[in-house]
Amino acid sequence: MRVVVFVKATEDSEQGALPAAELIEAMGKYNEELINAGIMVGGDGLKPSSQGKRIAFDGPGRTVIDGPFAETRELVAGFWIWEVKDMDEALAWAKRCPNPMPGPSELELRPVVSMEDFAETMTPEGAEIHARNEQRLAGQ
Amino acid sequence: MAADETHRAIEAIYRIERARLIAGLARMTRDVARAEELAQEALLIALSEWPKSGVPHNPGAWLMAAAKRRAIDGIRRDRMRERKHAEIARELADARDTSVEELEAAMDDDLGDELLGLIFTACHPAISAEARAALTLRLIGGLTTGEIARAFLSREATIAQRIVRAKKTIGNAGLAFEVPRGGDRTARLASVLEVIYLIFNEGYAATTGDNLVRPTLCMEAQRLGRILAGLMPREPEVLGLLALMELQASRLSARTEPHGAFIPLTKQNRALWDQLLIRRGLDALGRAEALGGANGPYTLQAALAACHARAHRAEDTDWGRIAELYDQLRTTMPSPVVELNRAVAHSMAFGPEAGLRLMDEIADAAALRNYAPLPAARADFLFRAGRLTEARSEFETAAGLTRNMREKAFLLARAAACS
Repeated sequence: MRVVVFVKATEDSEQGALPAAELIEAMGKYNEELINAGIMVGGDGLKPSSQGKRIAFDGPGRTVIDGPFAETRELVAGFWIWEVKDMDEALAWAKRCPNPMPGPSELELRPVVSMEDFAETMTPEGAEIHARNEQRLAGQ
Repeated sequence: MAADETHRAIEAIYRIERARLIAGLARMTRDVARAEELAQEALLIALSEWPKSGVPHNPGAWLMAAAKRRAIDGIRRDRMRERKHAEIARELADARDTSVEELEAAMDDDLGDELLGLIFTACHPAISAEARAALTLRLIGGLTTGEIARAFLSREATIAQRIVRAKKTIGNAGLAFEVPRGGDRTARLASVLEVIYLIFNEGYAATTGDNLVRPTLCMEAQRLGRILAGLMPREPEVLGLLALMELQASRLSARTEPHGAFIPLTKQNRALWDQLLIRRGLDALGRAEALGGANGPYTLQAALAACHARAHRAEDTDWGRIAELYDQLRTTMPSPVVELNRAVAHSMAFGPEAGLRLMDEIADAAALRNYAPLPAARADFLFRAGRLTEARSEFETAAGLTRNMREKAFLLARAAACS
């Protein structure tokens, strides 16, 4: 199964505090372990929400909201995509992660919905558009 | 945390550590069956101690230390009983006071290499190909004998026997659980790749039974491929095989209808293709080619799969390029099946008559005599050339040859459509 592991933001990450050299090294080692175990299939770190934007939808209305966003604990500072046998395995790997922040912090593990789940409502036209878009996203 | 939850957490840790534990223990004891037992005993100790003491900081090193203590105890008992193995016991006894920290350091140094050594040993050419696959799934993938038997639609007793025999072969041959060096390495690596791809294909192209795809095997093979690519990042064919598996697996959920019928590549809903796996596959393919491996058999096959992955719609497929890659593949990896696929590619690039001409050249190949895809492909060429009566008869021949019930139904439906 595929799982997205979110690194939740903290006040430090939201202030753009650079991680300490030891943490960068420890995280590098951890990523190496994930790769060597065949678990990690993707991931990235995110800049603070002060550099982010939100779009609020209300019927036809679109309102742009500039970051930073208030509810720090609900924000995301980075993510991995893992392929694991089950949630137990994902949890065991997540517990091994070095604390990604200087203070208390959280990881959030969420199983991914697969495109199969949309198969019933997908028309051939819709499918084609999706395929084309995703392929363009993949830089092909 | 509830007791059940604690146990599951400990077992999940064990599953992560298991292959590396067995690898280290096998190198120490030179006995893979004993290594498995010791790892299992270490799990039992962890299950009794960790709920009280908490999970140790480095669980892998802890489990290894526990297993080594058991190994030393066992050898002491043997020595007292038989006064044998004196040398090994001394060697092991010397290690008994090794602190956990030193063990951790030793493990950090050597882990990748030991795991790689175990993979190479499990895939040793002295063991039959089927047994290699079973043993690899058991030792590296951590599958139970029952799971392997279900995946290969075999009896549990058969698989168990196969594994026992393979372990004996390893013991009798005195294999050192090491990564081979020099000239031997290339041949042995080919054997490792063959085993991984066999596991993948057994899942992907299930030749018998009702299910066309057994995803567990594909997933295991992909994981093995990723592990190997992590351990041998400079070997182009390792990356080529990984690319091939990622690209083929990207189509897994698009290949079958909800009730299980097979959907051919050109009819698949491409929105169901897994773009993350396609990206990973194309990336691995690029790295394999950059390392000078473009003409390796796995890399070439990955390049073929990439042609499909890159096509937004079936009609965008670059069949000319595919025909070219098959022209290359038949010299790199000559086989009747490659010839057959080459004929299909040429029929798509240059018309059904071109396909039929190439097909006539291989029609007598003994290896293809009872091979359903041969008449199936020929039937398709004839159908596209408008020769419906001949097409119908070929589709029926193909349906009579396949052992896969889903595929049979598909071929009979195509035969019926010829009138």
